Amino acid sequence: MTGNDRGADRADGAAAPDTAQPGGAALDGAEQGGTEQGGAAPLLRLIGAGKDFGNIRALSGVDLEVHAGRVGCVLGDNGAGKSTLIKILAGLHRPTSGTYLVDGEPVEFSSPREALDRGIATVYQDLALVPLMPVWRNFFLGSEPRAGFWPLTRLRVAEMRATADAELKKMGIDLPDIDAPVADLSGGQKQVVAIARAVYFGARVLILDEPTAALGVKQSGVVLRYVRAARDAGLAVVFITHNPHHAHMVGDHFTVLRLGEVELDAPRSELALDDLVHHMAGGAELDALEHELGR
Amino acid sequence: MGPAPALPAPGASEKELRAGRVPPLRRLAARPELGSLLGAVVLFAVFFAAAEPFRQAGSLATVLYAASTIGIMAVGVALLMIGGEFDLSAGVAVVTASLATGMTAYQFNLNVWAAAGISLALALLIGFLNGLILVRTGLPSFLVTLSVFLMLQGLNIAVTKLVTGSVSSRSIADMDGFDSVRAVFASSVPVLGTEVRITVLWWLLFTALATWVLLRTRAGNWIYAVGGSADGARAVGVPVAKVKIGLFMTVGFFAWFSGMHLIAASGGVQQSGEGVGNELLYIMAAVVGGCLLTGGYGTVVGAAIGAFIYGMTKQGIVYAGWDNNWVMFFVGAMLLLAVVVNSWFRSRAGGRR
Repeated sequence: MTGNDRGADRADGAAAPDTAQPGGAALDGAEQGGTEQGGAAPLLRLIGAGKDFGNIRALSGVDLEVHAGRVGCVLGDNGAGKSTLIKILAGLHRPTSGTYLVDGEPVEFSSPREALDRGIATVYQDLALVPLMPVWRNFFLGSEPRAGFWPLTRLRVAEMRATADAELKKMGIDLPDIDAPVADLSGGQKQVVAIARAVYFGARVLILDEPTAALGVKQSGVVLRYVRAARDAGLAVVFITHNPHHAHMVGDHFTVLRLGEVELDAPRSELALDDLVHHMAGGAELDALEHELGR
Repeated sequence: MGPAPALPAPGASEKELRAGRVPPLRRLAARPELGSLLGAVVLFAVFFAAAEPFRQAGSLATVLYAASTIGIMAVGVALLMIGGEFDLSAGVAVVTASLATGMTAYQFNLNVWAAAGISLALALLIGFLNGLILVRTGLPSFLVTLSVFLMLQGLNIAVTKLVTGSVSSRSIADMDGFDSVRAVFASSVPVLGTEVRITVLWWLLFTALATWVLLRTRAGNWIYAVGGSADGARAVGVPVAKVKIGLFMTVGFFAWFSGMHLIAASGGVQQSGEGVGNELLYIMAAVVGGCLLTGGYGTVVGAAIGAFIYGMTKQGIVYAGWDNNWVMFFVGAMLLLAVVVNSWFRSRAGGRR
């Protein structure tokens, strides 16, 4: 595990006020020793959650805890139920069985907006950014600060530009031109803009849907560093991926899904990268295949 | 730890994240209006050299007037195109508004302003229906507004014939309110010693207003967003359907305004078969000015320059003493040139736009 030497400036990076999480320091120790899930109550919790679409069981009996200041990784192959799980957490689907608790209370979200109001922000793969629009306009899209009385209500343009610039700088993105269209940013930078936006608008839980899927090694590194920065700022991060290497670099807890069920659920201390890779690669099935092909 | 990719050291990646500074010239080249501005300058120079009458101040006023008749509608059409849609019914909707004003005033013996109010409601309704059908059916705006265009074209002639028994509305020139309507929509005002048609001033005012809305209000932000990525906009809470319907109604407003100018300028009589083909001129002005057909990109200032190019071509050919039939050829050539130049500049400017 290299690259653990994150700059001190990054720790006070993201905007959340409750930065005083011991997470940062403790989790450095976690690289060797590992942390346990105990302690504070989980922000989000799924108990025996399942989701059926007609006759098709997309998800069944999933237990999941999401803690502040931790990165929980959800791994799984295509069709393992990752996206169904995200959609339940994000408020897009209601589980057909089991319970979804936020701050210990059972919830039934009827729209993503309600989840967002509880501080649960989801950054989807397609990011919900408008490519042709400048970065600062994208940053505030849908929640624009305004001044003046109708019909002269106008955008606080100077404030928007300064805030977007400052927030992105905190995340380590220094754009020479905040007016540049989002299309001019790299894939990693786009992810970070979307994450910074979610954090700025009060996210406590950040659900990242395959944020490194379409990125090269360098750009993935950029994103992973900000996953860590968000965690150190006290946010709970749910990191969905099919890449065990990426997961193992930032994760504190790992949940591997297979055919809609939890195949593996382990804290970092109990799981080496090789185990994770093995599980993701198909585990016993792969062993059998290797034997069969006999090379 | 085998194949795990190493995270870059913070120092290195900060440098990577800092995109290269954009030189001012390249930034200028990335402006959507640049192609049209260059075209306008060249065209102006050509006519200035070739046509002696073109050099007089009065000629410029005439050019501006021709530009304004297209330009006022182009404001609404450009906003709509930035919002990702276009409106083929805009040309005949102008005539519908004009006919509605003329016929309601004459048939119900109304003050022309009251008739104008009814006509405005009708024009906004047409826009509303365009937008509503679009967002409800999810059909492309080309098909929706083509249908509405054909229906309005038929209605304009059929209803006029039904009501007046002829192909035009009856004159309302001697009715109450017509003089003040003409003063607002079709008078001339002296500017720097030259008589300038009032539509020129309205055109500049509307262009400025729409530019302010686009760049400085939340509505403007939303217009760019729904045109650039409707799904992305929806995901962050932008009411995409409302924005689109609002844009079609804005086109409706400008159609009403242009219709009011038509009937006021023509002495209170409106021919029912007019307006066909103008919708493409509005779109031409917006596209020459840098609006993308796919939406999310462009400016209203660009559309104004596009309309100015149209005005110069139309009047310049007359002043140069050439055959008037060449006008459309040159307008088409300018359109092709502007589109090619615009897309060339966009790709040169390095944006993946």
